[in-house]
Amino acid sequence: MAKRVSLSGNEAVAFGMKQINPDVVAAFPITPSTEVPQYFSQFVANGQVDTEFVPVESEHSAMSACLGAAAAGGRVMTATASAGLALMWEMLYVGASMRTPLVLAVTNRALSGPINIHNDHSDTMGARDSGWIQLYSESAQEAYDNLIQAVRIGEHKDVQLPVMVCYDGFITSHAVENLEMLEDADVKNFVGENRIAPYALLGKEPMSMGPLDLPNHYFEHKRLQAEAMKNAKNVILEVAAEYEKLSGRKYSFFEEYKMEDAEAAIVVINSTAGTAKYVVDNLRAQGKKVGLIKIRVFRPFPAEEIAKALKNVKAVAIMDKLDGFSASGGPLFNEVRSAMYGVADGKIVTSYIYGLGGRDVTSVNIEKVYSDLFSAIETGKYEVYNYLGVRE
Amino acid sequence: MSNRKVNITPDTTWKETTPGGVIVDAGNAEDFKTGDWRSMRPVWHEDKCKHCLLCWVVCPDNSIKVENGKFVGFDYDHCKGCGVCTKQCKFGALDFVPEE
Repeated sequence: MAKRVSLSGNEAVAFGMKQINPDVVAAFPITPSTEVPQYFSQFVANGQVDTEFVPVESEHSAMSACLGAAAAGGRVMTATASAGLALMWEMLYVGASMRTPLVLAVTNRALSGPINIHNDHSDTMGARDSGWIQLYSESAQEAYDNLIQAVRIGEHKDVQLPVMVCYDGFITSHAVENLEMLEDADVKNFVGENRIAPYALLGKEPMSMGPLDLPNHYFEHKRLQAEAMKNAKNVILEVAAEYEKLSGRKYSFFEEYKMEDAEAAIVVINSTAGTAKYVVDNLRAQGKKVGLIKIRVFRPFPAEEIAKALKNVKAVAIMDKLDGFSASGGPLFNEVRSAMYGVADGKIVTSYIYGLGGRDVTSVNIEKVYSDLFSAIETGKYEVYNYLGVRE
Repeated sequence: MSNRKVNITPDTTWKETTPGGVIVDAGNAEDFKTGDWRSMRPVWHEDKCKHCLLCWVVCPDNSIKVENGKFVGFDYDHCKGCGVCTKQCKFGALDFVPEE
């Protein structure tokens, strides 16, 4: 039986980690992620988990220690945000290419500068090409559910990749929400007692990991790594189906909200989806055909599925909570628009950069996006690249 | 090389290779023929050799072949041609000549 609890996002993640009971957690505190290792270290001190907790001196060391432990064959988790993730950068790529599954909970926070501790997605979106699987979460419930599924996805024999579970700093990490937690035994059973590690330094056979790779083999190893990311698509759906049986909660690559007959749609990531759903409901009550797609899986990117989901809209606004500084829209915009090419052609596709550095995103902001879309449908005139909520 | 669990060759495809380049066989350095890096080649003059084996001591690549306490030749598959053995030889028994 699941239990109803009231927890912040960070508490939900820390309690999820307690239920998973990993072999090693190496972490360094950073706002707004600090509570995760803080709560978890209490579980360690109380003897409530069997985990080796390694309080390291930096995030580079945190990720290095995690990789070492994962290379040894352990089940490993950590947490960070913003500049902490940035300091892990080098090791992120090493972990993905060494094919060491581990789970990293990221409370999304703006990157400096100017220094800012509040929410946007510049940290994890910057790491989008590091080879990690990325799961995004609208709420504390989704952060908890994604965390538990992440263990199984990353450790699957066809995947063997590290996984980031992302949720919005302060908005989700610190707000207390009602959610359902699974029973300890169910989580233990779902993740399995030990990690499945086909290659491990502490296995029965002697081996080397992370060797120098010269031009004659590097490309083949990267190609094999790319295949693991492709394989992850099926595994994510399989794990979601199994998790649904256990929890009753349904997960896929993304959530389609009132998309069946939608003419104007928004594509969005994380907590803003909650505000946008409220706006969709209000506009639907006024008879407007609006819908929403909330991305859960950004890596691997579900390009075909998203294009199919947008096949019948007239206009779509794609919202990035970061500025990619490409001078041509954010990463989500560019990837969704590229996915639509040749599959869902002839649509109005616009980019909105919004909510940087924790700028509030209100229902009025989202209404403006839908109203821009309807105006574009009616007049055929519109701006492709937009900033939402900045003082002009 | 045939006793290896995974035979990695210059023609190994991405489907055949190991994830992340994991090396599953210990002692595999022997499979890597570093001899083709050589631009200079050590040459042995048997008549001048006293079999002191100081060349064996200084060789960084274990490429001096010894049998029954006597120098018998070079392992040219692995000798990189660094020339340390020829430099230290006090008897003129080792020459260092360009590879052809």
